[in-house]
Amino acid sequence: MLFLVQDGITNGAIYALLGLALVLVFAVTRVILIPQGEFVTYGALTYASVASGQMPGTAKLALAMGIVAFALDLYAARRALHVRPIARAFLTNIVLPGAVLALTSWVVSRQPPVGVSIALSLVIVAAIGLFLYRIVFQPLAHTSVLVLLIASVACHLALQGLGLLFFGAEGQRGPAVLSTAFTAGTLRFTGQSIAVYAITIAFIVGLWLFFGLTLYGKALRATAVNRLGARLVGIRTTLSGQIAFLLASVIGALSGILIVPITTLYYDTGFLIGLKGFIAAIIGGLVSYPLTAVAALVVGTVEAFSSFYASNFKEVIVFTLLIPVLLLRSLAAPAVEEEKD
Amino acid sequence: MRERLPIIIFAIVVAAIPLIPGVPPFWIVLLDNIGLAALVAMGLVLLTGVGGLTSFGQAAFCGFGAYTTAVLSTAYGLSPWLTLPLSLLVSGVAAVLLGLITVRLSGHYLPLGTLAWGLGLFYLFSKLEFLGRNDGISAIPPLSIGSFRMLDPGSIYYAIWVAVLISALLTTNLLDSRTGRAIRALRRGHVAAEAFGVQTPRAKLLVFIHAAVLAGLSGWLYAHLQRAVNPTPFGAQAGIEYLFIAVVGGAGYVWGGVLGAAIVVILKEVLQSYLPLLLHGSGQLETIVFGILLIILLQLAPAGVWPWLVARLPLKPVGKRPDTSLALPARARTPSEGGVLLKIDNARKQFGGVIAVNSVSFDVQAREIVALIGPNGAGKSTTFNLITGVLTTTGGSISVLGRKIDNAPPQEVVKLGISRTFQHVKLVPDMTVLENVAIGAHLRGHSGPVSSMLRLDRADEEKLLAEAARQIERVGLADQMHQLAGSLSLGQQRIVEIARALCVDPMLLLLDEPAAGLRHMEKQRLAALLRDLRDGGMSVLLVEHDMGFVMDLADRIVVLDFGTKIAEGTPEAIKTNPAVIKAYLGVAA
Repeated sequence: MLFLVQDGITNGAIYALLGLALVLVFAVTRVILIPQGEFVTYGALTYASVASGQMPGTAKLALAMGIVAFALDLYAARRALHVRPIARAFLTNIVLPGAVLALTSWVVSRQPPVGVSIALSLVIVAAIGLFLYRIVFQPLAHTSVLVLLIASVACHLALQGLGLLFFGAEGQRGPAVLSTAFTAGTLRFTGQSIAVYAITIAFIVGLWLFFGLTLYGKALRATAVNRLGARLVGIRTTLSGQIAFLLASVIGALSGILIVPITTLYYDTGFLIGLKGFIAAIIGGLVSYPLTAVAALVVGTVEAFSSFYASNFKEVIVFTLLIPVLLLRSLAAPAVEEEKD
Repeated sequence: MRERLPIIIFAIVVAAIPLIPGVPPFWIVLLDNIGLAALVAMGLVLLTGVGGLTSFGQAAFCGFGAYTTAVLSTAYGLSPWLTLPLSLLVSGVAAVLLGLITVRLSGHYLPLGTLAWGLGLFYLFSKLEFLGRNDGISAIPPLSIGSFRMLDPGSIYYAIWVAVLISALLTTNLLDSRTGRAIRALRRGHVAAEAFGVQTPRAKLLVFIHAAVLAGLSGWLYAHLQRAVNPTPFGAQAGIEYLFIAVVGGAGYVWGGVLGAAIVVILKEVLQSYLPLLLHGSGQLETIVFGILLIILLQLAPAGVWPWLVARLPLKPVGKRPDTSLALPARARTPSEGGVLLKIDNARKQFGGVIAVNSVSFDVQAREIVALIGPNGAGKSTTFNLITGVLTTTGGSISVLGRKIDNAPPQEVVKLGISRTFQHVKLVPDMTVLENVAIGAHLRGHSGPVSSMLRLDRADEEKLLAEAARQIERVGLADQMHQLAGSLSLGQQRIVEIARALCVDPMLLLLDEPAAGLRHMEKQRLAALLRDLRDGGMSVLLVEHDMGFVMDLADRIVVLDFGTKIAEGTPEAIKTNPAVIKAYLGVAA
């Protein structure tokens, strides 16, 4: 019984991380980030590939997307070409992913330590997340939530297809981040699950500090509340969007790296994992971080119990769990008049 | 007849395609699939694009339609034609049940709710024994008329496209009606629509059912086209794809759904059959390219391909001026002319610790113009919202002609003959001025959705539009009648709101800052109109900051400051009242 709870909490911690990222991105950019699941699989499978000495295709994708992003930057600035912004764009869009690609191909054949594999995977996926915003969502920033959502689903399709191309249809596992283990009472704690808990808590606290104490965090919150107002006081809303996507992709990749030693991941596993993070985010109302974290633990636990007792109906139970919660939330926070476009 | 011409040409072209010699049978299969997708997308257009309710769950309703006919025609041997109404019924009933839960969800909760039950139902379809679990049900009988059995894609083609055309006609008819205007107002929030008597939850449920029944129809046709069903085409993936179709085609346009279906189905087919040849690649190359192409399409035409296309065609709709000789019955007025029309007695409104309206009492007599003035944040708009039922009072009472109305919903208040305008204009920008104003007459028409779809509502509809046109002429915007409301200046939009409020045939008109954004001449015209209305027997309560306008116009003025009434009297008395001067200027003059 207790081991189910433990299992649920480990899963729930991952869902919490993903839920946090979804809340963050939605609040800042109004994008419901369906490709969050791809960040998870990309992170996990890049890590597993590098650790097993294979060249991950994601590194090349990052460079390719960087080139497109640079082209878009050039096109956007075509009327006023200044050296400094272009040099900066060249640096982040071309030089950075290029260097990472070179480093990755140098490192893979040399049995890199776990830390190096993790760092490389994180940087690669972070770059992909950043460029994804630049290429897809920045030009659509003024459109409705619906259009952003559809674009988001289209990204998910494209990235999932690329995932199959890069990693093949077989599942992969990665080496454990922490290989210690100890027993307390009837429960066995692996180092991996401890790492999951620690990193989740660290991220929740970190995000809380970031939003509460730093100027960038406050700028992000301002953008979330009112885009126009934020722009009027000099916040670059594109910058906020980029930061949000950067954080989301790092969180996604990290979640992937944390679970790939525990469960086998396939190129398309991310979607369902992301979806459950999503449910947690919704229960948290897409605004509250602590509530999202709590909800994620509940989702994880319900999933663990229902997969044990009624594995056939596991998904049915998890997804229909959402409806009464939504209803309650809707009734508790009755209709605020929304200005829609 | 002229506006029907493109549809008739389209129908003829569709009917002729299979008859052209040499058309590959494979094209017909594609067209069948386009038709099936178009049916679902059309429902989504109404639900999402027009009504603003995003749903990921439409594929599940296809599933209800398909599985109903599959079970009934295989296990019970019912004729497919008998199962048609049952399939539609099951989808409709499922929509009522799911809709009652989900349409109450607001904002982002709604699409996620639909995603949740969409997924849940998909897993249910694939786990239930009598639906054949993951294998589904096969050997479904084909559609047949007499001895003619629709066994191949070419023969069911006509059934599918007749269904598409009829559904498109019914849906466009519905949108161009009293009910349609109520639906089109939903996306802009519910306060304005409810102020004119629209039951917004009912309207939402209605579009939900309409979309579900169209999806059920598509599912029924699908089952008899494939003659087998399994859960895969009714999952979340398919639900998302239908949303793609609607958005790519143009989420606000019925024909956008058809165009979107054509674009997406053909694009997928082309990618699936040619990409592997071109690139010798395996894997999901087509999904990658499909995703990328969709993103490019969205960036080029965020509103959808259909409006992009229509804007490039020389077809310009010509608005017909309604025949203003048709009249609606006027409101039965009580003979107690000259009495107290509206009485506000110690009304209070508290938001947490803030007292926005603090025991305010005043009344409005028949044939009187009363102005409610005060510095910003004095509680004027809150008072309006208390009177019209948008907010509930914390204490005190409000009565109309001696009848207490406090805390009645807005739809009831407007029935009593109280109509209003809003401080922040609440018009539907992509509807014409005429259509916007006609929402004001919502309660004076009676046609429901079914008669609207079948065009049995025309007599009723003409009277509503005639009334709207009359009020537009009365406020002096006859030349703008067929322009989109969003294209007018803010001042003109305020005047449109007044026309809409007049369509209620009110006894009392509540105007929230009507003169803001008007030029001098327009203000004078507005003042003349309001005096006219008063002399015709109407009372007016207005909030306004333009003191010159108020002092010239009002018979009586009530002054609020920080939620409390500080003065009441004739304009002359108010001008010299020391408390008022202190509230506005900060010192006693």
